[in-house]
Amino acid sequence: MALVDGVPQCYVDNDWICTRYWTDYRPELVDASVEHLWITVISVLAGLVVAVPLALVARRNAAVESVVVGATTIIYTIPSLALFSLLLPFTGLSPTTVIIGLALYSLTILVRNVLAGLQGVPEEIREAARGVGYSDTRMLLKVELPLAVPVIVAGLRVATVSTVALATVGSIVSYGGLGNLLLLAVGNQFKAQIFAASVLCVALAGILDLGLLLVQRLVTPWTRHAR
Amino acid sequence: MLGDVFSYLTDGSNWSGSTGIAAFAIQQLLLTVTSLVIAVVVGLPPALYLGHRRWGGFLAVNVSNVGRAVPVFAVLLVLALGPIGSEKFGPFGRAGLATLVALVLFALPPIITNAYVAVVEVDRGVVEAARGMGMGEAKVFSSVELPLAMRVVLTGVRLALVQVWATATIAALVAGPGLGRVITRGFANHRTYEVVAGAMIVAVGALLLEGVAMLVERYADPMRRARREIARASA
Repeated sequence: MALVDGVPQCYVDNDWICTRYWTDYRPELVDASVEHLWITVISVLAGLVVAVPLALVARRNAAVESVVVGATTIIYTIPSLALFSLLLPFTGLSPTTVIIGLALYSLTILVRNVLAGLQGVPEEIREAARGVGYSDTRMLLKVELPLAVPVIVAGLRVATVSTVALATVGSIVSYGGLGNLLLLAVGNQFKAQIFAASVLCVALAGILDLGLLLVQRLVTPWTRHAR
Repeated sequence: MLGDVFSYLTDGSNWSGSTGIAAFAIQQLLLTVTSLVIAVVVGLPPALYLGHRRWGGFLAVNVSNVGRAVPVFAVLLVLALGPIGSEKFGPFGRAGLATLVALVLFALPPIITNAYVAVVEVDRGVVEAARGMGMGEAKVFSSVELPLAMRVVLTGVRLALVQVWATATIAALVAGPGLGRVITRGFANHRTYEVVAGAMIVAVGALLLEGVAMLVERYADPMRRARREIARASA
Protein backbone atom coordinates (compact mmCIF):
# COMPACT_ATOMS: atom_id res chain seq x y z
CA MET A 1 0.00 0.00 0.00
CA ALA A 2 1.63 3.21 -1.16
CA LEU A 3 1.63 6.11 1.28
CA VAL A 4 1.62 8.64 -1.52
CA ASP A 5 -0.17 7.98 -4.79
CA GLY A 6 2.17 6.98 -7.58
CA VAL A 7 5.26 6.75 -5.37
CA PRO A 8 6.60 3.21 -5.34
CA GLN A 9 6.78 1.55 -1.96
CA CYS A 10 10.54 0.94 -2.21
CA TYR A 11 11.18 4.72 -2.36
CA VAL A 12 8.99 5.26 0.68
CA ASP A 13 10.74 2.49 2.64
CA ASN A 14 14.17 3.54 1.34
CA ASP A 15 14.98 -0.05 0.33
CA TRP A 16 18.44 -1.07 -0.85
CA ILE A 17 17.02 -2.86 -3.86
CA CYS A 18 14.47 -0.85 -5.79
CA THR A 19 13.79 -1.80 -9.39
CA ARG A 20 11.97 1.45 -10.03
CA TYR A 21 15.15 3.34 -9.19
CA TRP A 22 16.98 1.65 -12.05
CA THR A 23 14.35 2.75 -14.56
CA ASP A 24 13.63 6.20 -13.08
CA TYR A 25 17.28 7.17 -12.78
CA ARG A 26 18.47 5.49 -15.93
CA PRO A 27 19.93 8.66 -17.53
CA GLU A 28 21.88 9.50 -14.36
CA LEU A 29 23.20 5.94 -14.07
CA VAL A 30 24.24 5.87 -17.71
CA ASP A 31 25.96 9.27 -17.52
CA ALA A 32 27.82 8.33 -14.35
CA SER A 33 28.92 4.96 -15.78
CA VAL A 34 30.13 6.59 -19.00
CA GLU A 35 32.10 9.21 -17.04
CA HIS A 36 33.53 6.46 -14.84
CA LEU A 37 34.55 4.47 -17.90
CA TRP A 38 36.36 7.26 -19.74
CA ILE A 39 38.12 8.51 -16.62
CA THR A 40 39.34 4.95 -15.97
CA VAL A 41 40.42 4.27 -19.56
CA ILE A 42 42.26 7.57 -20.00
CA SER A 43 44.00 7.22 -16.61
CA VAL A 44 45.23 3.68 -17.26
CA LEU A 45 46.34 4.53 -20.81
CA ALA A 46 48.19 7.62 -19.56
CA GLY A 47 49.84 5.45 -16.91
CA LEU A 48 50.87 2.93 -19.58
CA VAL A 49 52.24 5.61 -21.93
CA VAL A 50 54.52 6.85 -19.15
CA ALA A 51 55.32 3.41 -17.71
CA VAL A 52 56.76 1.82 -20.87
CA PRO A 53 59.54 4.36 -21.58
CA LEU A 54 60.26 4.59 -17.85
CA ALA A 55 60.70 0.82 -17.65
CA LEU A 56 62.86 0.82 -20.79
CA VAL A 57 65.23 3.36 -19.23
CA ALA A 58 65.14 1.65 -15.82
CA ARG A 59 66.14 -1.78 -17.13
CA ARG A 60 69.35 -0.38 -18.65
CA ASN A 61 70.38 1.49 -15.52
CA ALA A 62 70.31 0.09 -11.98
CA ALA A 63 70.38 3.55 -10.37
CA VAL A 64 67.35 4.69 -12.41
CA GLU A 65 65.61 1.42 -11.52
CA SER A 66 65.97 1.95 -7.78
CA VAL A 67 64.79 5.56 -8.11
CA VAL A 68 61.76 4.48 -10.16
CA VAL A 69 60.86 1.66 -7.79
CA GLY A 70 61.36 3.90 -4.74
CA ALA A 71 59.32 6.77 -6.19
CA THR A 72 56.46 4.46 -7.19
CA THR A 73 56.39 3.00 -3.66
CA ILE A 74 56.04 6.52 -2.26
CA ILE A 75 53.22 7.41 -4.67
CA TYR A 76 51.40 4.18 -3.89
CA THR A 77 51.61 4.88 -0.15
CA ILE A 78 49.82 8.24 -0.41
CA PRO A 79 46.05 7.77 0.12
CA SER A 80 43.89 8.69 -2.88
CA LEU A 81 41.90 11.36 -1.07
CA ALA A 82 45.15 13.11 -0.12
CA LEU A 83 46.65 12.75 -3.60
CA PHE A 84 43.62 14.31 -5.32
CA SER A 85 43.62 17.08 -2.73
CA LEU A 86 47.31 17.80 -3.20
CA LEU A 87 46.73 18.21 -6.95
CA LEU A 88 43.83 20.60 -6.35
CA PRO A 89 45.88 23.86 -6.30
CA PHE A 90 47.41 22.99 -9.69
CA THR A 91 44.52 21.55 -11.66
CA GLY A 92 41.46 22.68 -9.69
CA LEU A 93 38.03 21.04 -9.73
CA SER A 94 38.52 19.33 -13.08
CA PRO A 95 38.71 15.80 -14.44
CA THR A 96 42.45 16.42 -14.93
CA THR A 97 42.94 16.28 -11.15
CA VAL A 98 41.37 12.83 -10.96
CA ILE A 99 43.05 11.55 -14.11
CA ILE A 100 46.55 12.62 -13.01
CA GLY A 101 46.03 11.01 -9.61
CA LEU A 102 44.68 7.76 -11.02
CA ALA A 103 47.34 7.67 -13.76
CA LEU A 104 50.03 7.96 -11.07
CA TYR A 105 48.56 4.97 -9.22
CA SER A 106 48.35 2.85 -12.38
CA LEU A 107 51.86 3.95 -13.28
CA THR A 108 53.20 2.45 -10.06
CA ILE A 109 51.68 -0.93 -10.90
CA LEU A 110 52.46 -0.83 -14.63
CA VAL A 111 56.10 0.22 -14.47
CA ARG A 112 56.88 -2.75 -12.23
CA ASN A 113 55.05 -5.19 -14.47
CA VAL A 114 56.59 -3.86 -17.70
CA LEU A 115 59.99 -4.12 -16.03
CA ALA A 116 59.31 -7.64 -14.76
CA GLY A 117 57.94 -8.68 -18.16
CA LEU A 118 61.00 -7.45 -20.03
CA GLN A 119 63.40 -8.94 -17.50
CA GLY A 120 61.56 -12.24 -17.77
CA VAL A 121 62.51 -12.67 -21.45
CA PRO A 122 65.04 -15.54 -21.49
CA GLU A 123 68.59 -14.52 -22.40
CA GLU A 124 68.86 -17.33 -25.00
CA ILE A 125 65.99 -15.83 -26.95
CA ARG A 126 67.71 -12.43 -26.96
CA GLU A 127 70.95 -14.05 -28.09
CA ALA A 128 69.17 -15.92 -30.85
CA ALA A 129 67.48 -12.72 -32.08
CA ARG A 130 70.79 -10.89 -32.02
CA GLY A 131 72.35 -13.85 -33.87
CA VAL A 132 69.93 -13.61 -36.76
CA GLY A 133 70.71 -9.92 -37.03
CA TYR A 134 67.93 -8.11 -35.12
CA SER A 135 68.73 -4.53 -34.16
CA ASP A 136 67.95 -3.39 -30.61
CA THR A 137 64.77 -1.59 -31.70
CA ARG A 138 63.55 -4.46 -33.82
CA MET A 139 64.29 -6.94 -31.06
CA LEU A 140 62.33 -4.81 -28.58
CA LEU A 141 59.30 -4.52 -30.85
CA LYS A 142 59.31 -8.01 -32.37
CA VAL A 143 60.70 -10.19 -29.58
CA GLU A 144 60.87 -8.65 -26.12
CA LEU A 145 57.61 -6.69 -25.92
CA PRO A 146 55.47 -9.51 -27.39
CA LEU A 147 56.97 -11.97 -24.91
CA ALA A 148 56.36 -9.51 -22.08
CA VAL A 149 52.70 -9.01 -23.04
CA PRO A 150 51.24 -11.57 -20.59
CA VAL A 151 52.98 -9.92 -17.61
CA ILE A 152 52.15 -6.42 -18.88
CA VAL A 153 48.49 -7.34 -19.36
CA ALA A 154 48.45 -8.85 -15.87
CA GLY A 155 49.60 -5.44 -14.62
CA LEU A 156 47.00 -3.69 -16.77
CA ARG A 157 44.27 -5.84 -15.26
CA VAL A 158 45.33 -5.04 -11.70
CA ALA A 159 45.72 -1.34 -12.55
CA THR A 160 42.35 -1.17 -14.31
CA VAL A 161 40.42 -2.94 -11.58
CA SER A 162 41.90 -0.79 -8.83
CA THR A 163 41.43 2.37 -10.91
CA VAL A 164 37.72 1.63 -11.28
CA ALA A 165 37.43 1.33 -7.50
CA LEU A 166 39.61 4.38 -6.77
CA ALA A 167 37.85 6.60 -9.32
CA THR A 168 34.87 6.82 -6.94
CA VAL A 169 37.03 8.93 -4.59
CA GLY A 170 37.30 11.47 -7.44
CA SER A 171 33.83 12.59 -6.36
CA ILE A 172 35.63 14.89 -3.89
CA VAL A 173 36.42 17.11 -6.92
CA SER A 174 33.03 16.27 -8.54
CA TYR A 175 34.53 13.94 -11.16
CA GLY A 176 34.12 10.51 -9.63
CA GLY A 177 31.76 8.88 -12.14
CA LEU A 178 29.60 6.52 -10.12
CA GLY A 179 31.26 7.95 -6.99
CA ASN A 180 29.33 11.19 -7.58
CA LEU A 181 26.09 9.26 -7.11
CA LEU A 182 27.51 7.76 -3.91
CA LEU A 183 28.51 11.16 -2.53
CA LEU A 184 25.08 12.58 -3.34
CA ALA A 185 23.54 9.67 -1.47
CA VAL A 186 25.56 10.46 1.67
CA GLY A 187 23.43 13.52 2.26
CA ASN A 188 19.99 12.07 1.60
CA GLN A 189 20.76 8.44 2.58
CA PHE A 190 19.27 7.21 -0.68
CA LYS A 191 19.98 3.49 -0.28
CA ALA A 192 18.75 2.40 -3.73
CA GLN A 193 21.22 4.82 -5.31
CA ILE A 194 24.12 3.56 -3.18
CA PHE A 195 23.30 -0.02 -4.06
CA ALA A 196 22.95 0.66 -7.79
CA ALA A 197 26.17 2.70 -8.02
CA SER A 198 28.13 0.09 -6.05
CA VAL A 199 26.86 -2.77 -8.19
CA LEU A 200 27.62 -0.91 -11.41
CA CYS A 201 31.10 -0.08 -10.15
CA VAL A 202 31.96 -3.69 -9.37
CA ALA A 203 30.35 -4.81 -12.65
CA LEU A 204 32.43 -2.27 -14.60
CA ALA A 205 35.61 -3.59 -12.97
CA GLY A 206 34.61 -7.16 -13.83
CA ILE A 207 33.77 -6.36 -17.45
CA LEU A 208 37.02 -4.45 -18.05
CA ASP A 209 39.02 -7.24 -16.40
CA LEU A 210 37.38 -9.85 -18.60
CA GLY A 211 37.90 -7.68 -21.69
CA LEU A 212 41.62 -7.35 -21.00
CA LEU A 213 41.89 -11.09 -20.46
CA LEU A 214 40.29 -11.67 -23.88
CA VAL A 215 42.60 -9.11 -25.51
CA GLN A 216 45.57 -10.92 -24.02
CA ARG A 217 44.36 -14.27 -25.36
CA LEU A 218 43.94 -12.74 -28.81
CA VAL A 219 47.32 -11.03 -29.03
CA THR A 220 49.33 -13.89 -27.51
CA PRO A 221 47.85 -17.03 -29.05
CA TRP A 222 51.01 -19.00 -28.19
CA THR A 223 50.37 -18.86 -24.44
CA ARG A 224 47.26 -21.01 -24.81
CA HIS A 225 49.22 -24.04 -25.98
CA ALA A 226 51.80 -23.68 -23.23
CA ARG A 227 49.36 -24.76 -20.54
CA MET B 1 49.04 29.42 -1.26
CA LEU B 2 51.93 27.62 0.42
CA GLY B 3 52.11 30.49 2.90
CA ASP B 4 48.45 29.93 3.84
CA VAL B 5 49.10 26.22 4.27
CA PHE B 6 52.10 26.96 6.45
CA SER B 7 50.27 29.42 8.66
CA TYR B 8 47.34 26.99 8.97
CA LEU B 9 49.65 24.20 10.07
CA THR B 10 51.60 26.37 12.51
CA ASP B 11 48.49 27.85 14.16
CA GLY B 12 48.08 25.92 17.40
CA SER B 13 44.33 26.53 17.53
CA ASN B 14 43.88 24.37 14.41
CA TRP B 15 45.44 21.45 16.23
CA SER B 16 43.54 21.60 19.51
CA GLY B 17 39.91 20.92 20.38
CA SER B 18 37.56 18.07 19.54
CA THR B 19 37.64 18.87 15.80
CA GLY B 20 41.32 19.81 15.73
CA ILE B 21 44.00 18.06 13.73
CA ALA B 22 45.42 16.34 16.83
CA ALA B 23 42.07 14.78 17.77
CA PHE B 24 41.52 13.52 14.20
CA ALA B 25 45.07 12.19 14.02
CA ILE B 26 44.61 10.24 17.26
CA GLN B 27 41.28 8.87 15.97
CA GLN B 28 42.85 7.78 12.70
CA LEU B 29 45.87 6.20 14.36
CA LEU B 30 43.64 4.38 16.84
CA LEU B 31 41.41 3.14 14.01
CA THR B 32 44.41 2.03 11.96
CA VAL B 33 46.12 0.14 14.77
CA THR B 34 42.92 -1.49 16.07
CA SER B 35 41.76 -2.71 12.68
CA LEU B 36 45.20 -3.93 11.68
CA VAL B 37 45.48 -5.94 14.91
CA ILE B 38 41.99 -7.41 14.38
CA ALA B 39 42.78 -8.26 10.76
CA VAL B 40 46.07 -9.94 11.70
CA VAL B 41 44.42 -11.95 14.50
CA VAL B 42 41.50 -12.99 12.28
CA GLY B 43 43.25 -13.42 8.93
CA LEU B 44 46.75 -14.64 9.62
CA PRO B 45 46.17 -18.00 11.42
CA PRO B 46 43.74 -19.47 8.84
CA ALA B 47 45.88 -18.24 5.93
CA LEU B 48 49.05 -19.73 7.41
CA TYR B 49 47.25 -22.99 8.17
CA LEU B 50 45.80 -23.20 4.65
CA GLY B 51 49.26 -22.52 3.27
CA HIS B 52 50.75 -25.27 5.42
CA ARG B 53 48.11 -27.76 4.29
CA ARG B 54 48.21 -26.29 0.75
CA TRP B 55 44.43 -26.00 0.68
CA GLY B 56 42.20 -23.42 -0.93
CA GLY B 57 44.85 -21.70 -3.00
CA PHE B 58 42.37 -20.35 -5.52
CA LEU B 59 40.38 -18.65 -2.77
CA ALA B 60 43.38 -17.30 -0.87
CA VAL B 61 44.88 -15.75 -4.00
CA ASN B 62 41.66 -14.37 -5.45
CA VAL B 63 40.53 -12.68 -2.26
CA SER B 64 43.01 -9.90 -3.11
CA ASN B 65 41.61 -9.40 -6.59
CA VAL B 66 38.13 -9.07 -5.18
CA GLY B 67 39.41 -6.68 -2.50
CA ARG B 68 40.88 -4.44 -5.17
CA ALA B 69 37.72 -4.33 -7.26
CA VAL B 70 35.39 -3.28 -4.45
CA PRO B 71 35.31 0.48 -3.90
CA VAL B 72 36.16 1.45 -0.33
CA PHE B 73 33.81 4.38 -0.55
CA ALA B 74 30.81 2.19 -1.42
CA VAL B 75 31.54 -0.31 1.37
CA LEU B 76 31.86 2.48 3.95
CA LEU B 77 28.53 3.93 2.85
CA VAL B 78 26.71 0.61 2.84
CA LEU B 79 28.05 -0.22 6.31
CA ALA B 80 27.28 3.23 7.74
CA LEU B 81 23.69 3.18 6.44
CA GLY B 82 23.23 -0.51 7.16
CA PRO B 83 22.67 -2.29 10.44
CA ILE B 84 25.96 -1.11 12.00
CA GLY B 85 24.89 2.50 11.78
CA SER B 86 26.75 5.76 11.94
CA GLU B 87 26.46 6.49 15.66
CA LYS B 88 29.47 7.41 17.72
CA PHE B 89 31.49 4.37 18.73
CA GLY B 90 33.66 4.88 21.80
CA PRO B 91 36.93 6.66 21.10
CA PHE B 92 36.63 5.93 17.36
CA GLY B 93 34.20 8.80 16.76
CA ARG B 94 31.17 9.16 14.50
CA ALA B 95 30.49 6.14 12.28
CA GLY B 96 33.36 4.55 14.16
CA LEU B 97 32.07 0.98 14.10
CA ALA B 98 31.21 1.06 10.38
CA THR B 99 34.65 2.49 9.63
CA LEU B 100 36.37 -0.09 11.80
CA VAL B 101 34.59 -2.98 10.06
CA ALA B 102 35.41 -1.54 6.62
CA LEU B 103 39.07 -1.12 7.58
CA VAL B 104 39.29 -4.72 8.77
CA LEU B 105 37.66 -5.95 5.55
CA PHE B 106 40.16 -4.05 3.40
CA ALA B 107 43.14 -5.10 5.53
CA LEU B 108 42.33 -8.81 5.17
CA PRO B 109 43.07 -9.45 1.45
CA PRO B 110 46.79 -8.51 1.41
CA ILE B 111 47.36 -10.26 4.75
CA ILE B 112 45.64 -13.48 3.64
CA THR B 113 47.13 -13.63 0.15
CA ASN B 114 50.69 -12.89 1.23
CA ALA B 115 50.61 -15.28 4.19
CA TYR B 116 49.22 -18.09 2.04
CA VAL B 117 51.63 -17.55 -0.85
CA ALA B 118 54.58 -17.14 1.54
CA VAL B 119 54.03 -20.54 3.17
CA VAL B 120 53.16 -22.36 -0.05
CA GLU B 121 56.30 -21.09 -1.78
CA VAL B 122 58.68 -22.35 0.90
CA ASP B 123 61.02 -24.80 -0.83
CA ARG B 124 59.30 -28.21 -0.70
CA GLY B 125 62.67 -29.95 -0.47
CA VAL B 126 63.45 -28.13 2.77
CA VAL B 127 60.05 -29.04 4.22
CA GLU B 128 60.44 -32.70 3.22
CA ALA B 129 63.93 -32.77 4.71
CA ALA B 130 62.52 -31.43 8.01
CA ARG B 131 59.85 -34.14 7.98
CA GLY B 132 62.52 -36.73 7.19
CA MET B 133 64.47 -35.60 10.24
CA GLY B 134 61.43 -36.57 12.31
CA MET B 135 59.86 -33.17 12.88
CA GLY B 136 56.14 -33.21 13.59
CA GLU B 137 53.75 -31.03 11.58
CA ALA B 138 53.68 -28.32 14.24
CA LYS B 139 57.46 -28.27 14.44
CA VAL B 140 57.82 -28.20 10.64
CA PHE B 141 55.53 -25.20 10.57
CA SER B 142 57.06 -23.27 13.46
CA SER B 143 60.75 -24.02 12.84
CA VAL B 144 60.93 -24.28 9.05
CA GLU B 145 57.98 -22.83 7.16
CA LEU B 146 57.22 -19.79 9.31
CA PRO B 147 60.79 -18.43 9.55
CA LEU B 148 61.30 -18.86 5.80
CA ALA B 149 57.92 -17.28 5.01
CA MET B 150 58.19 -14.44 7.53
CA ARG B 151 59.42 -11.73 5.17
CA VAL B 152 56.58 -12.15 2.67
CA VAL B 153 54.03 -12.46 5.51
CA LEU B 154 55.26 -9.16 6.96
CA THR B 155 55.13 -7.51 3.54
CA GLY B 156 51.44 -8.42 3.45
CA VAL B 157 50.90 -6.79 6.83
CA ARG B 158 52.70 -3.66 5.62
CA LEU B 159 50.51 -3.50 2.49
CA ALA B 160 47.49 -3.88 4.75
CA LEU B 161 48.71 -1.02 6.93
CA VAL B 162 48.96 1.33 3.92
CA GLN B 163 45.55 0.19 2.73
CA VAL B 164 44.00 0.77 6.16
CA TRP B 165 45.45 4.28 6.44
CA ALA B 166 44.06 5.17 2.99
CA THR B 167 40.66 3.68 3.82
CA ALA B 168 40.51 5.52 7.13
CA THR B 169 41.07 8.77 5.22
CA ILE B 170 38.17 8.04 2.87
CA ALA B 171 35.91 7.48 5.88
CA ALA B 172 35.60 11.27 6.06
CA LEU B 173 33.53 11.19 2.84
CA VAL B 174 30.78 9.44 4.78
CA ALA B 175 31.21 11.88 7.69
CA GLY B 176 33.21 9.28 9.56
CA PRO B 177 36.17 9.90 11.84
CA GLY B 178 39.81 10.58 11.02
CA LEU B 179 42.12 13.02 9.30
CA GLY B 180 40.14 13.00 6.06
CA ARG B 181 37.75 15.30 7.92
CA VAL B 182 40.29 18.11 7.64
CA ILE B 183 40.25 17.65 3.85
CA THR B 184 36.46 17.42 3.50
CA ARG B 185 36.01 20.38 5.86
CA GLY B 186 38.34 22.42 3.66
CA PHE B 187 36.35 21.47 0.56
CA ALA B 188 33.03 22.30 2.24
CA ASN B 189 34.28 25.76 3.25
CA HIS B 190 36.18 26.50 0.01
CA ARG B 191 39.45 26.75 1.93
CA THR B 192 41.98 25.23 -0.44
CA TYR B 193 44.84 25.77 2.04
CA GLU B 194 43.00 23.62 4.59
CA VAL B 195 42.46 20.89 1.96
CA VAL B 196 46.14 20.92 1.06
CA ALA B 197 47.26 21.04 4.70
CA GLY B 198 45.05 18.05 5.54
CA ALA B 199 46.30 16.15 2.50
CA MET B 200 49.90 16.85 3.50
CA ILE B 201 49.34 15.52 7.01
CA VAL B 202 47.67 12.37 5.64
CA ALA B 203 50.45 11.81 3.10
CA VAL B 204 53.25 12.39 5.60
CA GLY B 205 51.48 10.07 8.06
CA ALA B 206 51.24 7.37 5.40
CA LEU B 207 54.93 7.68 4.50
CA LEU B 208 55.96 7.61 8.17
CA LEU B 209 53.89 4.46 8.78
CA GLU B 210 55.36 2.83 5.66
CA GLY B 211 58.88 3.72 6.82
CA VAL B 212 58.34 2.34 10.31
CA ALA B 213 56.73 -0.80 8.87
CA MET B 214 59.71 -1.33 6.55
CA LEU B 215 62.10 -1.11 9.50
CA VAL B 216 60.01 -3.54 11.55
CA GLU B 217 59.84 -5.85 8.55
CA ARG B 218 63.59 -5.82 8.19
CA TYR B 219 64.39 -6.44 11.85
CA ALA B 220 61.60 -8.92 12.53
CA ASP B 221 62.68 -11.23 9.71
CA PRO B 222 64.26 -14.22 11.44
CA MET B 223 66.14 -15.16 8.28
CA ARG B 224 68.00 -11.85 8.21
CA ARG B 225 70.29 -12.84 11.07
CA ALA B 226 70.77 -16.28 9.60
CA ARG B 227 71.76 -14.81 6.24
CA ARG B 228 74.18 -12.40 7.89
CA GLU B 229 75.79 -15.24 9.84
CA ILE B 230 76.16 -17.31 6.68
CA ALA B 231 77.70 -14.33 4.92
CA ARG B 232 80.13 -13.78 7.81
CA ALA B 233 81.07 -17.46 7.97
CA SER B 234 81.77 -17.65 4.25
CA ALA B 235 83.72 -14.38 4.19
